[in-house]
Amino acid sequence: MKSLPASGLEQTFSLAWRSIVQLRRNPWELGDYSFQPILFLLLFVYVFGGAIAGSTDDYLTYMLPGIVVMNMMFVTVYVGHGLNTDLTSGYFDRLRAMPVARWAPLAGRITADLVKQAWSIVLLLGLGWLMGFRMEAPVWGLLSMVLLVLVFALAFSWVSVLVGVIARDPEHVHLFGFTALFPVTFVSNVFVPVETMPGWLQGVVMANPVSVLSDASRGLLLGGPWLAQAGITLAWAVGIIAVFAPLSLWALRRRLK
Amino acid sequence: MSEFAIEARGLVKQFGSTRAVDGVDLAVGPGRVLGLLGPNGAGKTTIVRILATLTRPDSGSATVADHDVVTEADQVRSRIGLTGQFASVDNRLTGFENLLLIGRLLGQSRRDARQGARTLLARFELAGAADRPVQGYSGGMRRRLDLAASLVGKPRILFLDEPTTGLDPRARRQLWNLIGELVTAGTTVLLTTQYLEEADALAEDILVIDHGRVIARGSPDELKARIGTRTLVVRPASPSAVETVSRVMTELTGSQPERQGGRLSVPANDPDLLSALVRRLDELEIALAELLLRSASLDEVFLALTGQRVESEQDQPQVES
Ligand SMILES: Nc1ncnc2c1ncn2[C@@H]1O[C@H](COP(=O)(O)OP(=O)(O)O)[C@@H](O)[C@H]1O
Ligand SMILES: [Mg+2]
Repeated sequence: MKSLPASGLEQTFSLAWRSIVQLRRNPWELGDYSFQPILFLLLFVYVFGGAIAGSTDDYLTYMLPGIVVMNMMFVTVYVGHGLNTDLTSGYFDRLRAMPVARWAPLAGRITADLVKQAWSIVLLLGLGWLMGFRMEAPVWGLLSMVLLVLVFALAFSWVSVLVGVIARDPEHVHLFGFTALFPVTFVSNVFVPVETMPGWLQGVVMANPVSVLSDASRGLLLGGPWLAQAGITLAWAVGIIAVFAPLSLWALRRRLK
Repeated sequence: MSEFAIEARGLVKQFGSTRAVDGVDLAVGPGRVLGLLGPNGAGKTTIVRILATLTRPDSGSATVADHDVVTEADQVRSRIGLTGQFASVDNRLTGFENLLLIGRLLGQSRRDARQGARTLLARFELAGAADRPVQGYSGGMRRRLDLAASLVGKPRILFLDEPTTGLDPRARRQLWNLIGELVTAGTTVLLTTQYLEEADALAEDILVIDHGRVIARGSPDELKARIGTRTLVVRPASPSAVETVSRVMTELTGSQPERQGGRLSVPANDPDLLSALVRRLDELEIALAELLLRSASLDEVFLALTGQRVESEQDQPQVES
């Protein structure tokens, strides 16, 4: 039974499988991207929706695409969290002492992240549909929206990788991830239209890629304009990868020295 | 082809101002067991990490299975198994899933990986816990799973970094037996330990490491001859008798006992010593509050080899006999 080293791609899938199987024993993580977005959705629509948009139905229509984007940002924290757990526990060393492709552990994490992201998106859109959300665009609009969110998730997970490499322990990844993401996701047009905010804030909000991606998502689901916003989102994605991927790999090499 | 499975020359590794490894040479023949014995911070883990391709040496070179650990790291990796100082298994997977994953990463078919995992779990007495998450395993079970994980690829060369630290005596024995079986099957092993007793039980050759340097090397018997494997501890009932007892102990063993309060200890190799001592003290009518023969601690090994005590605080197992 002589075994040849598996190809890097097979190893990536095996490691992605690992991250997903782990979820069974981590209800907290699963809750963070299953129950938390559901709670947000219900809370905002039924408690604040009437006051913000005049009716809960109108508010659901406005807010559902945005909350998908916001949730995507929080889910990426687990890429860095998982990576940091492996680094601090020595599991990463076990993988490095085996004939495993250098990039497979990271690629496995990011692949698993995309699966989790897809699950969260389906969950939120499904619940939205039950609550009365109706798409006004053809199916390709839905598919493009999901794809765009996943592409941005792929890019943004590199930020999470950097945090995961630098942080002392997994709790710090959590702490940093969530404290940084609350302002980034709330100072956006996810929950309320930018026109209702003071002028000085509008500039910040519109520059936030979370707003840009939310606008593109709304356009794609509701039949509004989306092309320009999708283009800006992709530019952000490329920019984030160009900065954070090399930075993360550099920090990782330093940490493993 | 080198005649050694593991060979290192002049390894040096510096962390900031600490020289973790300071010019280490070592060689392990195929199928042999080398023990690195040293206190906390001696540099044992760093040596293992260099040999297992996890850290590059600042200078010096090493080959494992005839491949250079720096320039041919991938060839080395496919020939070794590593059990690190802290069990590195995935707590959120079951024992079975842990081994299955490693098998798959090593390119085994799904069927082979499953079969291999079940076989290893049975051999390591983990069959009953195979489908439970590792989170609930005891320290000994986790260690055994960790060792099993290092064996999935059937490596001919195995690195074990403090394989039994933190285990209770029973779990320690169990692990020793498992390691012994691997050695019998012809695996080359390099292990590190803080316990003379463990190095004695498992290793054919021992390097004593301190401050990143090799301060002694030899077979367990050679080292024991230099150090004394056992220590005779005596505490007279009356403190006024300490001087006399000390003199008797010097006479019988040829070396000056060490004194801590009212307690005297001296390296003792002669099995007849205990009865000789009891007879002499009986003649002198000296009553004893304490009398025991115990294994030498690492501290005593270092005292014998370097004349210095181990600096760092650590828990040493005192196996009484
Ligand atoms: N990654 C590291 N960064 C800085 N210092 C380190 C690192 N690894 C080990 N050291 C230092 O090197 C010395 C040897 O450590 P180590 O090899 O872990 O010893 P041992 O395994 O014998 O306890 C210690 O002083 C330790 O603090
Ligand atoms: Mg160590």
